[in-house]
Amino acid sequence: MEKFIFYFLAAAIIGFSVMTVTTRKILHAAVYLLFVLVATAFLYFLLNYNFLGAVQLTVYSGGIVILIVFAVLLTARVDQLLENVPLLKNIIAACASLLGAVITLYAFFTFQWQGSGIPEGAYDVEEIGLKLVSYGDGGYVLPFEVISILLLAAMIGAIMVAKNFRTDD
Amino acid sequence: MIEGIGVNDFLVVSTIMFFVGVYGFVVRKNLITMLMSVELILNAANINFVVFNKYLFPDMMQGYMFSLFVIGIAAAEAAVAIAIILNVYRNLKNINVEHLDTMKH
Amino acid sequence: MTTDLFQYTVWIPILVFLSFLIVGLSGDKLSNKLAGSISTATISIGMILSYYTAYEYFLVHGNINGVYETLLPFNMEWLSFSDTLSINMGIYLDPISVMMLVVVTTISTMVHIYSFGYMEGEEGFNRFYSFLSLFSFSMLGLVVATNIFQMYVFWELVGVSSFLLIGYYYYKDSAVSASKKAFIVTRFADFFFLVGILILGYYTGTFDFIELTDSAGSAIGSFAGVSFLGIGALTWALTLIFIGGAGKSAMFPLHIWLPDAMEGPTPVSALIHAATMVVAGVYLVARLFVMFVLGSPEALEVVMWVGALSALFAALIAITQTDIKRVLAFSTMSQIGYMMLALGVSGYGGEDGLGYTASMFHLFTHAMFKALLFLGAGSIIHAVHSNEMGDMGNLRKHLPITHATFLIAALAISGIPVFSGFFSKDEILAAAYASNKIVFFIGWAVAGLTAFYMFRLYYSIFWNGEKAYEHTPHEAGPSMTFPLMFLAFMAAVAGFIPFSEFVSPDGLPYHAHFHWNIAIPSVLIAVAGIWVATMMYKNPSSKPDGVMAKIPLFYKWSHRKFYMDEVWVFFVHKIIFKLVAWPIAWFDKKVVDGSFDGMAWVTNKVSDKIKGFQSGQLQQYAVTMVMGLLGFALTLLYWMSK
Repeated sequence: MEKFIFYFLAAAIIGFSVMTVTTRKILHAAVYLLFVLVATAFLYFLLNYNFLGAVQLTVYSGGIVILIVFAVLLTARVDQLLENVPLLKNIIAACASLLGAVITLYAFFTFQWQGSGIPEGAYDVEEIGLKLVSYGDGGYVLPFEVISILLLAAMIGAIMVAKNFRTDD
Repeated sequence: MIEGIGVNDFLVVSTIMFFVGVYGFVVRKNLITMLMSVELILNAANINFVVFNKYLFPDMMQGYMFSLFVIGIAAAEAAVAIAIILNVYRNLKNINVEHLDTMKH
Repeated sequence: MTTDLFQYTVWIPILVFLSFLIVGLSGDKLSNKLAGSISTATISIGMILSYYTAYEYFLVHGNINGVYETLLPFNMEWLSFSDTLSINMGIYLDPISVMMLVVVTTISTMVHIYSFGYMEGEEGFNRFYSFLSLFSFSMLGLVVATNIFQMYVFWELVGVSSFLLIGYYYYKDSAVSASKKAFIVTRFADFFFLVGILILGYYTGTFDFIELTDSAGSAIGSFAGVSFLGIGALTWALTLIFIGGAGKSAMFPLHIWLPDAMEGPTPVSALIHAATMVVAGVYLVARLFVMFVLGSPEALEVVMWVGALSALFAALIAITQTDIKRVLAFSTMSQIGYMMLALGVSGYGGEDGLGYTASMFHLFTHAMFKALLFLGAGSIIHAVHSNEMGDMGNLRKHLPITHATFLIAALAISGIPVFSGFFSKDEILAAAYASNKIVFFIGWAVAGLTAFYMFRLYYSIFWNGEKAYEHTPHEAGPSMTFPLMFLAFMAAVAGFIPFSEFVSPDGLPYHAHFHWNIAIPSVLIAVAGIWVATMMYKNPSSKPDGVMAKIPLFYKWSHRKFYMDEVWVFFVHKIIFKLVAWPIAWFDKKVVDGSFDGMAWVTNKVSDKIKGFQSGQLQQYAVTMVMGLLGFALTLLYWMSK
């Protein structure tokens, strides 16, 4: 059953990814991206990483895609079509991507993955929260704080950049 | 762990997703579409982190935590990128990446 | 030690150099009077010190056991190249350097005083005095040089100050080109001098005069057996050095700069181009005389013939020149030829060294009377504002002091008894007679020509009918007449100095006796020259034109200086420019410049191409990056799989 769900999700992710970059309607692209992200969230649920799946849903699907949709609406008409990709460029990009995928997969498949073999620990929200703010061994307080500062800076920066300054020129 | 599904199955998905993102980044001229491609790439990387954590080192939480951080950074990046895109649109009246070479001169 | 007694001599050049620094660096901040006074005071102190040195050296301390010792009161290492090779700066005292100190400081002091009057009101008065100080310093450094390299350094400094002073009226094109000509010609000759120095230094391993001119030392012998093109290396070295000296001393055929150098102010001509700098070549040969006479008689023969030829050649030109300063310039060249000739015929030791003594003697007396002639000419030019003989006449009424002093100088240079020139010229001719009869006859003929052109000059200026002057010429102030009188005194009595008691090639005094068999014919021909000049030029007449018409070809050639300038122009333009400079210029332009232009062109093109990568197109960057990563990954995989 899980196997079947995985194949379904994998097919959805790949299919919607391709549609995201190939559709000529930008709003459709945003919706396809949303589907990709939701499918990814379900993949996390499938792996029993519930908190991560929830974050993926809220931040990615809920936040970022909505932001993108707003941007689309602010900068383009809804019915506007994206330009056709020139054939040569298309072929080159496709070949490069394909080649890259082949190389990467070749590398993955020839590599012998060695796991630690130790059984899984607790992954509930309490454990994650404690890990995030602990500064002992295996604690993540430093990246956590760095990310918080980064988010603050990004917020201020985004406001400064997007704010409509009156320029007298 | 999912019965019958190994690391490589996940990696196939993430790799294809990644290179689809690369393809989109290269061929699309619209800045927002390029931003979406970047999100695809980030998401593909995220899946890899998660899968490695789940399958190879389940006792540690590093991949998990990194996924969280990547999501946070992706949010910040998207916010700044969209702010820039809006600013570009205000100045150039379009968001075609080919017109973004004024800084070169 | 006697050496220590002379340590003060180092202050003679240093004081003058300080004066150059003070006057030169202060520019126009000092008043003209102050600047001139500083220069004159320092050179006067130098003169007093030089006289004192001469007195101490010749009469009190120098003569040890009958020989005039060479003293080095001051000698310091200046440039150290290696353990064995270093170049010193110092003070070298021997009879001829002490004599030169006296000559240089005396003439220089007189010129300094004279210039107060002559240069009054000129623009750049301070500049003039600073250059005069520079020149005096360089000349003093040259005469007291302890080694040939120090001499070369000051030799060039002298050339520079000569260049600066000839070009003093830098707003006149003729002065500028004259200064350039003087510099280039002498520099051209100095190139040979340098090569000669290097050959000399290479074989002997020393630059010091003491070792080089040690008659018992190893310096001369170190050339034994070395030859090039069948001529010994020492002869090559000395001949090349002599070419340097010939350039400075305006010997044929490097004399072409001297007449043009008369563009400088007249006191400068008196100091540099008559009395001191131009005899540097003679001094150089005299300094290395031991090497010449013991090591390479061939080179000495070259000196003799060049001297004799120059003396005759210049005298023939001087006859027809009309610019009074040019007449004097050619006369200078002729007299220096005399000195060279005297060195060339000289032997070593005792009476044989008469030529050497005579040369130095003539150098001394010539400095006095030629400086006097030039200063007199300056006084005349100052009065009538012209250099041309045709604009002058009957000036003896207007310029009595100048007239009297000029007459003394003219008599001295003509070799009339009692005056100084007679004694020195007599010794030269006697030495020539003893050595080479042809050279003697050349010298004898030149003596007649000298008397003729000097009195042609004298009569044209001071007699020969009144001319119309803009304003009546009058004698200048005491600052100009005092040097004239002083030098006239020297020119009259300097001949009584018993030079052979002091100056000889080997430092041993000897007694030169009088040569009646030489003196009588030389006086006779001088009187004959004067008589002819009196006939032709004392009163206005058509005689000169008549003579001129009889020998038109000679007159024309002589007047045009035997076309030596044209020969040089031909040589320089057709041969040097066309055959040497043009290919070099072509090589420089096409090959050297071309290769650099090519490099620039390639860089330009490449950067043009590379610039394309920096397109500002984000997606191009992305593609490039992806491609690069793929290439890198492929390489890595290939490498890992091996």
